[in-house]
Amino acid sequence: MANRITLEVTRYNPAHDEKPRPDTYEVPLRKEWVVLDALNYIKDHLDGSLSFRWSCRMGVCGSCGMMVNGVPKLTCATFLSDYAPGPVRVEPMSHFPVLRDLVVDTSDFLVKLAKSKPWIIRKVEKPLDEEYFQTPEQMDAYKQFSMCINCMLCYAACPVYGLDSLFSGPAAIALAQRYNLDSRDQGASDRLDILSHHEGIWGCTFVGECTQVCPKNVDPAAAIQQYKLTATMEWLKALVLPRGAE
Amino acid sequence: MHKRSNEPFLWMLFSAGGVVSAMLMPIHVLLFGLAFPLGWVDAPSYEHLLALVRHPLTRVYLFILCSLALFHWAHRFRFTLYDGLQIKHLNELINTFCYGGAILGTAVAAYLLWRIP
Amino acid sequence: MNNPTEYLPRSYHTRVSTYWWLARWAYVKFILREASSVFVAWIVVVTLLQIRALTRGPADYAELQNSLRSPLLLTLNAVSLAFVIFHAVTWFNLAPKAMVIRLRGKRLSSLAIAAPNYVAWVVISAAIAWILLRG
Repeated sequence: MANRITLEVTRYNPAHDEKPRPDTYEVPLRKEWVVLDALNYIKDHLDGSLSFRWSCRMGVCGSCGMMVNGVPKLTCATFLSDYAPGPVRVEPMSHFPVLRDLVVDTSDFLVKLAKSKPWIIRKVEKPLDEEYFQTPEQMDAYKQFSMCINCMLCYAACPVYGLDSLFSGPAAIALAQRYNLDSRDQGASDRLDILSHHEGIWGCTFVGECTQVCPKNVDPAAAIQQYKLTATMEWLKALVLPRGAE
Repeated sequence: MHKRSNEPFLWMLFSAGGVVSAMLMPIHVLLFGLAFPLGWVDAPSYEHLLALVRHPLTRVYLFILCSLALFHWAHRFRFTLYDGLQIKHLNELINTFCYGGAILGTAVAAYLLWRIP
Repeated sequence: MNNPTEYLPRSYHTRVSTYWWLARWAYVKFILREASSVFVAWIVVVTLLQIRALTRGPADYAELQNSLRSPLLLTLNAVSLAFVIFHAVTWFNLAPKAMVIRLRGKRLSSLAIAAPNYVAWVVISAAIAWILLRG
């Protein structure tokens, strides 16, 4: 294995640049290094102005999402040696406005996430000294969708999100479903009102790339299809019983 | 509070059409499109087919097959035009073409199946 | 970020290319799957033409059969066959994702839901072939 590898990293300074362009850097190729290590090497030794987000460096915080050779990845979980001999193209996550270098504006996602009301909604509050009981089966119903770390790789992979600004996106819908399926939650109809709105979930055409790139095996595509089915059942119920049972 | 969309209805038609075309179309195309014209098996006679198609059950079967398959196409093609060609701003035109086409095809199917002697 | 200021200029919005679907094989497969719907519609047209020909009489039907033997239509229908099979396979493989069925507490796997669909596909196809060929 060679001991150097070339990275082509997107640079963009909104004060000076008209549009993003790649800069080339040569970094050591260490067997145990991930792409994030290479970026930190660049920042420490080659170009201190390079800007990028990262935090836990162990795949749980969701900060370091970027495009590596055109595929959305967590750079802390992507081994550099897998791309030998290189060059490796590192770009900011697709479908988000670029603020600076590899840093994107995530506010659209945060707005859409909030619309999913990703918290336990109760119609009837329990007194504070009364616990909720949940069996393993009940937890199993939503557990997979609760693993989401909000890394937004699914948004970078989803062509519909890239094309349709009104689409809620994979993670927001998967998280809505996570709470809908939680036995402690009573807010399913609240969420349905927001999400069944035209582009909320119906823009999804089940491309399935969101599930492919998810680093936590959340399977947002499945969550969305299940949600479509739920929304359809609710629509039918509303049709048959207009003042229907809540 | 947002008005709930009526997309579920269209999605139901798309799904039903998807199931129907998945289950039934392959054998239809294999036989009528390849096996009979190429003589892999003896094609059924005119009389046999006419007798089959006269039966009310066959007519219902064919109507369901044609109509649902067309609505499946309409929904899928609509989204392909939105995302593939990025012409979503023409959505009213697209919707009219797709669902209108499916409705027209359904009407033609109903008419043809009704008019079998 | 809607309000650029002197110290925080506007962010860069990359326009999605018209050829986004060519960038990755996964996207190409997706578009092919969606394109299968066009061939599904074509087969409906062929079926309607056959019904019309049957109604008009043996001569018309024979003429339609002849057209179906032309190289153009044979090729088109062969391609259609490939596409409708591709549609069927992708449909049966993906449809289970929408259905969460629990048996004795454990969730049924995708295979457990897809398999009966494949079996039904074979059985139904055999039944249709039998009905058509026995006359």
